[in-house]
Amino acid sequence: MMRYLRIFATFFQASLVRDMTFRLNFLLEATTSLGWMAMNLAFYLLVFSYTPEIGRDSGWTKEPFFVFVGTGLVINAIVQAFFMPSVEEFAEMVRTGGLDTALVKPVDAQFLLSLHRFKFSALANGLVGVVLIGWAVGRLETPPPPVAWLLYPLLVGCGVAILYAFITALAAATILMGRNQSLYDFWFYITNFSRYPAEIYAGPWGGPLRMICTFVIPILLVVNVPAHTLALPLSGGDRRLILVTLAAAAAAVGLSRLAFQAAIAKYRSASS
Amino acid sequence: MTAVARSGGWPFHGWTTMLSICVADRLAHRGDFALGTLMRFLPIVTQIFLWTAVFSAAGSTSIAGYSRNDFVAYYLLTMVARSFSSMPGLASGIARSVRDGSVKKYLVQPVDYVGFLLAARVAHKLVYFAVAAAPFALVFFLCRSFFPWPPEPPVVAAYLASLVMSFLLGFLLEATLGMLGFWFLEVSSLIFVYMLAQFLLSGHMFPIDMLDGIAVGSAGWSLSLGDIVRLLPFQYTAYFPCAIWLGKLRGADLAVGLAMEAAWVVAAAVACRFAFLRGTRRYSGYGG
Repeated sequence: MMRYLRIFATFFQASLVRDMTFRLNFLLEATTSLGWMAMNLAFYLLVFSYTPEIGRDSGWTKEPFFVFVGTGLVINAIVQAFFMPSVEEFAEMVRTGGLDTALVKPVDAQFLLSLHRFKFSALANGLVGVVLIGWAVGRLETPPPPVAWLLYPLLVGCGVAILYAFITALAAATILMGRNQSLYDFWFYITNFSRYPAEIYAGPWGGPLRMICTFVIPILLVVNVPAHTLALPLSGGDRRLILVTLAAAAAAVGLSRLAFQAAIAKYRSASS
Repeated sequence: MTAVARSGGWPFHGWTTMLSICVADRLAHRGDFALGTLMRFLPIVTQIFLWTAVFSAAGSTSIAGYSRNDFVAYYLLTMVARSFSSMPGLASGIARSVRDGSVKKYLVQPVDYVGFLLAARVAHKLVYFAVAAAPFALVFFLCRSFFPWPPEPPVVAAYLASLVMSFLLGFLLEATLGMLGFWFLEVSSLIFVYMLAQFLLSGHMFPIDMLDGIAVGSAGWSLSLGDIVRLLPFQYTAYFPCAIWLGKLRGADLAVGLAMEAAWVVAAAVACRFAFLRGTRRYSGYGG
């Protein structure tokens, strides 16, 4: 375990040195993501100028909704900073045979392939997310109880774990298919479902979709459960959903690990 | 092209050759293309539920003059408009070709660089629509109840004209932006600012009519933010065609809008040609 922590620290340091070597590029990347984020916030403010809440009697009025948005920013920033840069290189490594180099090294292949490169500029959105949460929580009608503050970081971690499992499964698919650009697009589009509160998925089509995105592909648990825990009062159903999130995170990580190992076992080198 | 014209052949032979090369290139990954196109509609599902939830809480049947169905139809129509006006990689590709020197092959051959880029984009769009027609048709069929079918033939004609001009405007604006690479080696920041402005001010993100309620100005004068945004060319790359189809623009407003769009196309064409001529005058290429 200590050995892996040391390797992680080395990767962390190397990525930080790399980012700080190209400081202007770092600032431009951070500004770019902040620009897109600001645009989305402006859109949400515009929507709230026409409606008091998202979904009748859902509880997602402006302040709770901005806790939701801030939570989404934090979770996505962690995934974009620590996992996506490595996985983005993965398809090219499979295609060119560069994966061979990683597989012969005396460390766990999944650890090495999903955690060898970080992109610190992606954390800029996360910092704004933290500020947004602080601003919105201070304006909530009912302040979060201490138990919500205790559960919140754990549930954010579960959200990160579910997304990590999802991109690991897509990486495994890359090994089997050789090229899967559309599958990575699929990741972007499927995570789009987690951008809004689960309560919007209602009615004859929305109900089943919500069930699928909660219990089959648990993408709706990622932001909804931590944000709901902090921003809105917890009912009995919400408490059960917290347990579901803990179980879903553990199951997703476990299953994606099995899928990745099965894919590695089928990998045939593309190099000479 | 000049050489072809001089040889006595069909004057558009150069264009058709460039077009056929680009079509063949684009058709190489048609399966990935079709799947990618279908996936681009997934966010529409979220938009349908989002606006249903917004309308249920707002307690109103109309927001900024749009019903819930209008919003869904609007977002679907923006996908059509953007499929005409979006030019992925055009500005950055031009800037890169200036930076790495590959632009010089167009400068020493009897091929018009802007013409070649336009032919490449026409080819890209032709293949895109050939492959994407089925996913588009499927999604529009499934969502047919959201549309105020069918518009009158003159409205359809105006809509098609606005789409063709939105293609030209999108191409010319991005090409002009790329030509700035002759002056600045790195234009990625400018491209980012353009994309941000384009996404926010074109109506891609939401109908511009939603900005009409926001007043800008002081005691002496006041305009709505929507009016200011409509003065810019960006609206013609997303909002304007959708507004035509949904019947938001009629009669004189529609005619003036089309004339303004044509004027922006001409202005962008002049700017693009001017930037290219001045840029190539200061450009120096060395080696093979």
